[in-house]
Amino acid sequence: MSNFEIVKREDFSDVTFLLEIRHPLMAKAAKPGQFVIVMLNENGERVPLTIADFDRSKGTVTLVIQAVGKTTKQMQQECKVGTSLYGLVGPMGIPTPESHAKKVVCVGGGLGVAPVYPQARALKESGAYVIGVIGFRTKDLVFWEDKFRAICDELIICSDDGSVGLHGRVTAGIEQAIKKHTDIDEVIAIGPPIMMKSCAETTRPYKIKTMVSLNPIMVDGTGMCGGCRVKIGDQVKFACVDGPDFDGHLVDFDDLMTRLRRYTKEERMALDHWEKGCRMQKSIDKAVDAAQTK
Amino acid sequence: MREQDPAVRARNFDEVACGYHPDDAMRESERCLFCPDQPCVSGCPVGINIPGFIRKINEKDLRGAYDILTETSLLPAICGRVCPQENQCEGQCTVGQTLEPVAIGRLERFVGDTAIREGWANIPYIEPTPFKVGIVGSGPAGMACAADMAKAGCDVTVYEAFHQAGGVLKYGIPDFRLPNAVIDAEINNLKKLGVKFECNTLVGRLFTLEQMITEMGYDAVFVGVGAGYPTMLGIPGDSLNGVLSANELLTRCNLMRAKEFPSFDTPQPIGKRVAVVGAGNTAMDAMRVSLRLGAEKVYCIYRRSHKEAPARAEEIHHAEEEGVEFHWLTHPVAILDDGHGNVMGMRCVRMELGEPDASGRRRPVPVPGSEFDFECDLIVYAIGTNANPIMGQTSGLRLNKWGYIDTDENLATSLAGVFAGGDIVTGAATVIEAMGAGRRAAASMKAYLGIRDSNRPYRTGGDTLFGIDTSERNFARIRA
Repeated sequence: MSNFEIVKREDFSDVTFLLEIRHPLMAKAAKPGQFVIVMLNENGERVPLTIADFDRSKGTVTLVIQAVGKTTKQMQQECKVGTSLYGLVGPMGIPTPESHAKKVVCVGGGLGVAPVYPQARALKESGAYVIGVIGFRTKDLVFWEDKFRAICDELIICSDDGSVGLHGRVTAGIEQAIKKHTDIDEVIAIGPPIMMKSCAETTRPYKIKTMVSLNPIMVDGTGMCGGCRVKIGDQVKFACVDGPDFDGHLVDFDDLMTRLRRYTKEERMALDHWEKGCRMQKSIDKAVDAAQTK
Repeated sequence: MREQDPAVRARNFDEVACGYHPDDAMRESERCLFCPDQPCVSGCPVGINIPGFIRKINEKDLRGAYDILTETSLLPAICGRVCPQENQCEGQCTVGQTLEPVAIGRLERFVGDTAIREGWANIPYIEPTPFKVGIVGSGPAGMACAADMAKAGCDVTVYEAFHQAGGVLKYGIPDFRLPNAVIDAEINNLKKLGVKFECNTLVGRLFTLEQMITEMGYDAVFVGVGAGYPTMLGIPGDSLNGVLSANELLTRCNLMRAKEFPSFDTPQPIGKRVAVVGAGNTAMDAMRVSLRLGAEKVYCIYRRSHKEAPARAEEIHHAEEEGVEFHWLTHPVAILDDGHGNVMGMRCVRMELGEPDASGRRRPVPVPGSEFDFECDLIVYAIGTNANPIMGQTSGLRLNKWGYIDTDENLATSLAGVFAGGDIVTGAATVIEAMGAGRRAAASMKAYLGIRDSNRPYRTGGDTLFGIDTSERNFARIRA
């Protein structure tokens, strides 16, 4: 199990891309709500990524990644079909429990659209009425609209700049759904912490149960280091083994967002160091080419 | 034994104790009295034939010494470095009653290192048996169990959640105490015995324990997943940026090589002043790693006194030499925020020892009005761990009330064919105790599977029939 080969790659935009990775055992075991930890190479860091999809017959798991920092940008550059990851472990986390909800709003913000997909699909398969709300900054960043249409009874697309669908954030989409349906049992919201926080605040006055999927910084992902600790109500939980799904109305999002910033300086250093290395490599390649064509 | 100078070694990850020169080892081996009652052997959790291997060193037969060691302990280069010998073999040594005890640990390390350097590996002829054995966790318990089961002829696979095998030996114990190269050499010896290692495998989630027995064809399974769910103090400021568990600090540094950031991607910024809460071996490791990561000042905050500190004597001594500032009888009450969610300092209270508690140690009580603040940038909690929850979440194993796996005296769990040992059963303990548990579980697994060792008498003291013990009749498998 030392080879985690990439069998498909799709670029949704110049920041978001999809990788489908062969891992038959994980494809068989993966359930909605779970995540993996990835290492790109031997020098790499351990990065948690939610499982966006899994195909048990093909034996693959799918990750949707946004290139924001050194590791994800390097993955964007290096992970092509036929290459392999150095480390891939999972599925981690407690799977989303089977819901008996009859009507659910599944909200995905930006990259969060990917991890909310398997949860929405599972709800549809269990017979619930699924209202999808997917939000992007602008029309060019939209992905998986067709996949959502296939499994949602209603789909509301939102864009920050109004270029497609509802002009507004996903919270506007939630409000629209709540106004139309008075019998919503549950809202699932996945996306950047600030988005999940706003969704939770939007549903709080209506007392609708809201589940979120938290994304703190992780190292081992097996409950051993405590780096991913989050405050849920008056308790401290580890997102990797007690989550990653939690009740959005109990999560201390401000604490999560503060803790997510604890390596900002090092993240900057790592990106600068890598980009400098890339530039040096480019000039070396250019010089070699020039010398060879002489 | 020659050691690196404290001022120099506090800034590098090379081993502190440089190991014996062969002449030193000879001289030390001559100090052994070879006393008849062998208290050292009874002090050893795995019962190594200590006078035996020391005599071989004396006879300049290092290969013979290695042979004796590997009969009981497969990992001499590891045990020699990390065992708390002062509480075990050396603590019982007859010579130690009047003089310094024979340096058994250092001699064991000397033989283990010689073996690695010379490439010795004791691979006996192994008669294969038709059993498939799974080991969950590649730490000391799993490695010891794997070795015994492989020598018994079973097809052994060790599963590890991390991307590298070794468990706590790799991520927990720093390179200057136990170099990763030594661990990898011992893992290679296991591979030569036929043991397979599958990393990047989280048993419980990728497949369950039950699936191992029912679907994957395993005849017996050993669970040695450790107890590393860190305890936080539960005081205000616990979740500020700059507070972390010792496990996180050590994993970032030992396994993910944070010292070499940004060549290695995992960072561990250390700040100028680091306070470590706790005084066990993990705390000592955290303090000394902090020095090597570049901290100017490192403090040890412990609520009891030096005498009660649980760490290995040599580690406390080395930490003192390297310049760690010890604050005994001190306990944190709050972590102070700099206003932006980062650690600025710590508020502590002085303690004094009162009446003994249930464990027999005198309970520390706060001295009223003794609160004081001090500045620091990083705070590391090394105050203990709890059971890892994944096994309990994903299998039907019976747990005890603290979440550890419930076993009987043979280390059998409530699932037939599944055995467990090490920290996940006992709570946080030492490497050698985990290895001892791995070996005891292997003995139980062999009995469960019906494998018998030819060098163990199975006398039941009953009748014989045609000269054969009646209890032997039904055994079809006797290993040569």
